[in-house]
Amino acid sequence: MSDTVVHRPSTGDRPVALQYDPPPSELPVGDVVFDVSDGSVYYGEFRAVRDVNMAIHRGEITAFIGPSGCGKSTMIRCFNRMNDLIDSARVEGKLLFHGVDLYDPAVNPVEVRRRVGMVFQKPNPFPKSIFDNVAYGPRLGGKKSKSELADIVESSLRKAALWDEVKDRLNESAMGMSGGQQQRLCIARAVATNPEVLLMDEPCSALDPIATSRIEDLMQEIKTEYTIVIVTHNMQQAARVSDRTAFFTTEVNPDSDRRTGRLVEYNPTAKVFSNPDDERTEQYITGRFG
Amino acid sequence: MALSSPASIARDVTPETVRAQLTGRKSDAAGMLLKAFLWFSLALTLTILVVLIGSQVAGSSSVFSERFGDFMSGTLRSIASDAGIHQGLRGTFWIGVIVVVVAFPLGVAAAVYLEEYAPHSRLTRFIDVNVRNLAGVPSVVFGILGLTIFVKALEGFTGGRSVLAGGLTLAVLVLPVVIITSAEAIRAVPDSLREGGYGAGATRWEVVRTQVLPYAAPGILTGTVLSLARAMGEAAPLILVGAVSDRLGSDPEIFDVSSLRERFTAMPNVIATWAGRPQEGFPALTSAAIVVLLVVVLAANSIAILLRNRYEKRRK
Repeated sequence: MSDTVVHRPSTGDRPVALQYDPPPSELPVGDVVFDVSDGSVYYGEFRAVRDVNMAIHRGEITAFIGPSGCGKSTMIRCFNRMNDLIDSARVEGKLLFHGVDLYDPAVNPVEVRRRVGMVFQKPNPFPKSIFDNVAYGPRLGGKKSKSELADIVESSLRKAALWDEVKDRLNESAMGMSGGQQQRLCIARAVATNPEVLLMDEPCSALDPIATSRIEDLMQEIKTEYTIVIVTHNMQQAARVSDRTAFFTTEVNPDSDRRTGRLVEYNPTAKVFSNPDDERTEQYITGRFG
Repeated sequence: MALSSPASIARDVTPETVRAQLTGRKSDAAGMLLKAFLWFSLALTLTILVVLIGSQVAGSSSVFSERFGDFMSGTLRSIASDAGIHQGLRGTFWIGVIVVVVAFPLGVAAAVYLEEYAPHSRLTRFIDVNVRNLAGVPSVVFGILGLTIFVKALEGFTGGRSVLAGGLTLAVLVLPVVIITSAEAIRAVPDSLREGGYGAGATRWEVVRTQVLPYAAPGILTGTVLSLARAMGEAAPLILVGAVSDRLGSDPEIFDVSSLRERFTAMPNVIATWAGRPQEGFPALTSAAIVVLLVVVLAANSIAILLRNRYEKRRK
């Protein structure tokens, strides 16, 4: 990313030369895929995240950063209705997917999840063969022919940069692979259903640096095909990889002891890391936070 | 260890002193006592098992060596030298079949519902508590239940005091245990598998069918092994349901399906009856019947264990 200079604004006017303010035509432009207005997520009575207003754009990598407990994972799981799995979870506000209210009772969450894939923090391969892992989604989607499935598995594994390593042992158990390979398998599994969006919840936090950088390269390669939202604790990763960054933080809740998360700033990544709008963002990225 | 200054540590840390500290024998009296107690318990249990089984095998040797064929095909008689376990085997076989066909699908399905589908409400908890209580109800009570419902109320279907009624009674008896053990096995399935399944776009039933049940299969099968063995060994409920112990007129083939609605007997009842007879020859007969029942139960268990091992291997 160009011009990612950490810049401490003075109390007065900022020197014009150091300001990052790209004209709109230089911003990566894409249709709005997700549009969140006044989004809040509750677990029972407790409000975990509040006041989320953001639009995710197609073909971009959007990073969610922030301290623990700020609601990044909670928020990303709203985009594919995974919070449905938690009994007490409740989403308020509007969350539109291509203009359709994602939480409309008529919407089938299974269909949502075919279009919005997910990769989890800890690699979770199924205790089946590598082939069956990747073919899992397509099989449930009705693809039966062996050749069709074989094609899908190969192309997904190629996209995940895993094909060359496993092409001779597709029938072996997925549990025998290393952590980095397992996570790439999970990525292959997620792209096998040909989704539009890929949600990645801290996909590299359980991996070593080399595996991490392979996955980051992967993300850059497949960026044009998928819209990617990634939650990460690693700010350098967010700066390296993403086009836009959303910074969340926690605030003390006056009603209870627990802290509620909120979206503080959402801007192109270069701006967030060189000239953020909000002081809290700047404190976080320069490490003065906490 | 007393507090030591850096100087004193430097003096103390020599290979000799370290070796003395690391290799010195410290007696762990409590640990050794526990170990001895555990070995003793194991030895006692094995001894009891060996004595029980061994005494029966020894006692039955005369029957098996002299009249094995007659014994296997003979019927309930009052003279030991004519009697056999054919009718008893038939009853136990069909009871096993009915328990497997009725209790296992119902029990596993109920467990799947309770763990995967039921909302976390008071009603669900109430059902759960009741199932656990039912598992502890004495088997005789299930006999009364079987008499009232399967023998009397459903006489048109079961034919009254038949092996069908007996099998259904025992199926109801083991159902709570099947539910509980299956529910435990399902609860042990890691949530990461479920998340992965849902994340890939599976419906709830697809997640259950492709992730939960395969993973829980070893635990479920273990529970069914235990339940089947228990069902095949129960005598009291069958007495109430009308198992014959003195003489049974009909003697159809073991695999004959047509006479499921007629009077019956089963191995545990035969054994109990013969054990109480003072006439000559019956002690050996009883031992022989016990050995046969043990073999039958072990065979049924082995099948379930083989299936369990196959699923466990797939999990790796």
